[in-house]
Amino acid sequence: MRYLDEYRDPVLARRLLDEITAVTTRPWNVMEVCGGQTHTIVRQGIDELLPPGLRMIHGPGCPVCVTPLALIDRALAIAALPGVTFTSYGDMLRVPGTAGDLLSLKARGADVRVVYSPLDAVGIAADNPDREVVFFGVGFETTAPANGMAVLRAHALGVPNFSMLVSHVLVPPAMTAVLDAPHCQVQAFLAAGHVCAVMGYGEYEPIAARYRVPIVVTGFEPLDILEGILLAVRQLESGRAEVENQYARAVTREGNTCAQDAMRRVFRVGDRTWRGIGAIADSGLRLAPEFAAYDAEHRFGVAHLVAQEHPACIAGAILQGVREPTDCPAYGVGCTPRRPLGAPMVSSEGTCAAYFTAGRRRRAEVPA
Amino acid sequence: MCLGIPGRVLSIDGAGEFPMAVVDFGGLRREACLAYVPDAAVGDFVIVHVGFAISRLDEDEARRTLEVLRAMPEAVAAELGPADLGPADLGPVDLGPADLGAAELGAGELGAAP
Amino acid sequence: MSVVDPASAACPVPHVESDRVLLGHGSGGQLSAALLRDVVVPALADAAPAGPLQDAAVLPFGGTDLVMTTDSYVVSPVFFPGGDIGALAVNGTVNDLAMRGGEPVALSLAFVIEEGFPVDDLRRVTSSVAAAARRVGVPIVTGDTKVVGRGAADGLFVTTTGIGRRLPTARPGVERARPSDAVLLSGPIGVHGTAVLSAREGLGFDAEIASDTRPLHALVRAVIEATGEDIHVLRDPTRGGLASSLNEIAQASSVGIVLEEDALPVPPVVAAACELLGLDPLHVTNEGCLVAVAAPDTADAALAAMRARPEGSTAVRVGTVVAGDPGRVTMRTRVGGRRIVDMLVGEQLPRIC
Repeated sequence: MRYLDEYRDPVLARRLLDEITAVTTRPWNVMEVCGGQTHTIVRQGIDELLPPGLRMIHGPGCPVCVTPLALIDRALAIAALPGVTFTSYGDMLRVPGTAGDLLSLKARGADVRVVYSPLDAVGIAADNPDREVVFFGVGFETTAPANGMAVLRAHALGVPNFSMLVSHVLVPPAMTAVLDAPHCQVQAFLAAGHVCAVMGYGEYEPIAARYRVPIVVTGFEPLDILEGILLAVRQLESGRAEVENQYARAVTREGNTCAQDAMRRVFRVGDRTWRGIGAIADSGLRLAPEFAAYDAEHRFGVAHLVAQEHPACIAGAILQGVREPTDCPAYGVGCTPRRPLGAPMVSSEGTCAAYFTAGRRRRAEVPA
Repeated sequence: MCLGIPGRVLSIDGAGEFPMAVVDFGGLRREACLAYVPDAAVGDFVIVHVGFAISRLDEDEARRTLEVLRAMPEAVAAELGPADLGPADLGPVDLGPADLGAAELGAGELGAAP
Repeated sequence: MSVVDPASAACPVPHVESDRVLLGHGSGGQLSAALLRDVVVPALADAAPAGPLQDAAVLPFGGTDLVMTTDSYVVSPVFFPGGDIGALAVNGTVNDLAMRGGEPVALSLAFVIEEGFPVDDLRRVTSSVAAAARRVGVPIVTGDTKVVGRGAADGLFVTTTGIGRRLPTARPGVERARPSDAVLLSGPIGVHGTAVLSAREGLGFDAEIASDTRPLHALVRAVIEATGEDIHVLRDPTRGGLASSLNEIAQASSVGIVLEEDALPVPPVVAAACELLGLDPLHVTNEGCLVAVAAPDTADAALAAMRARPEGSTAVRVGTVVAGDPGRVTMRTRVGGRRIVDMLVGEQLPRIC
């Protein structure tokens, strides 16, 4: 495929790895906050090819994983109602709520459907005026313009039986939450390429300056990741802390202003709870008052549902990069992709699932 | 959280309230909404995420990135020693403490047939 | 190895085992394997012979080895680019016989039809069954037809049972892979699954790709004639894709398998569909190719025999069987790293991330 295959060239990958090894003189920790980048790194085995001491940490870059438990429970409550067609992106279907997941609900007869695009959900609503069609609006800034357009379209077409369960999260507040955490070991970031394609990268400059961390906007193919790592390490080695753009073919500093305008129209920034991390101020999006009628939480009266998040959850430590999946006693034993206990094991980009399907096993085995 | 794929705009239908394009991804065609890249033209490459174009792909920048990589000195490889550093040398990779080999499979998830 | 109690593992969500069968239990991956291992096989107990699960059963019978297999076909949509449920049913069952070295002798054909299914479609599917059977030269000798109420079946379900006669020098079995064996593929992967996805409403893409459903018995005959017992395993990687079949072989044979990502024949359109939907081509269903695990010094002869036939013209070696890591399938990645190739877990879900 054009503009994908070229960035998978093994010869160029080798050169980048050599150069990274040549410039690395001491241990560094680099975090990426994007499920897509986690996926590439683990699927290609890139982190194992890096020089010893150069550690890639997988941060809270998977929106599926950080969707709060309460929101999953609200989704389940809505999907179980008669007359509701519940639509969602594929990977949300197996995230466990307090009691079950959407896929099990589907097995019990609920009308739960996977859609590729949020516009498809609006289409289903338009074609089925007698059903209440709810869309699970999950994602980072990359997906917010698309999810927002679904609301705008439903509004423009006059499709009153469409509503959205909103679970949007923003990257910069998560980065600062990670950097503010007491045991933060992160020294540099790879910023998520497609989040930045939408938002630009201006908002990362104050973070780089305040915390003295290099931030490199990076793409998703192996050569992109390797070049991003190289740029980050070069900065670390020379004591710089700037925002650089490796993914210049898709990202500009100001980003996609058209998409940002739509986001500003449909959504408002608000506080959000991140599963496994806790509440982060101004880190999420909710529907603007003009579109409150499309808010599924209020339409179905589930906004009051709360859920008990375990206070000492290791999933949180994993999402912040403080612990690794292999540190968790349940990893690979009681918790596997087939029977996930927590969200990072469900999504194919969750850190635990990525590790597991790449065959990483626990460090300490207690002999029988 | 960024499953965005580059594709080539084959045709644009501007009739509706926002332009829709048919985009080609290596022989496979799908519709994508151009509301957020309204100035995309036929023949342009766009990045498509969940059915929406979120960015035009700057082909000059793409070329530049590859040129920089291709220009990386091979001399670096020579400095690291005489060994051929091609993929063949990675052999059975030592995964360090995390790789506990066959003993790991006792849990039965991926183990040999019971 | 001591087992940690997950209840004390400080994870946020209590696990709830499903007491209902999930769609994922039919996907050919780990859930399917678990359903068989934990529910079906134990319940059959001594009513079924012991041994690893194979594509077809070999039954010694009056001096000959008979081969027998059965399969149900529930594909939706019923008609897709390159074929339909009828052709799939014939080819799929002929292929399962072939994977144990069986030449097809007879097929049975059973329909479960949903009330309201168009009669013309039923006629079309049946003609397709006939055409496929004629092409193979195997008669449909017995059958059954049932109709169920609206909603009780998804249009049409087809079940075919096949009886075959094993080629005298054929001894393929899932447990026979040995270290140093070569892992061969007869053709490209991911084609059928992508063709069906392109036809399925909701995922909305248009691709110039047709299912690769085809009978492989002639290909198998050619390979067996060239190499006989040195073909240790034959498998058609249908549901669950190549990854699941290789994992089954690695587990049943207690060996490791190492694949080369660069050697995998993934057609560009399949690669594109997988990129778009976030699917792994190693997990996509195939209906027109086979995996052969051959003794190392016969690999070239096996490849030559496959390439001499149109359905094997692009046959290629994709990996090697190793002694280390028994039960595990690993892959050397494009950029020189290493990755474990797991079985599909449950239903393949398109991802956004």
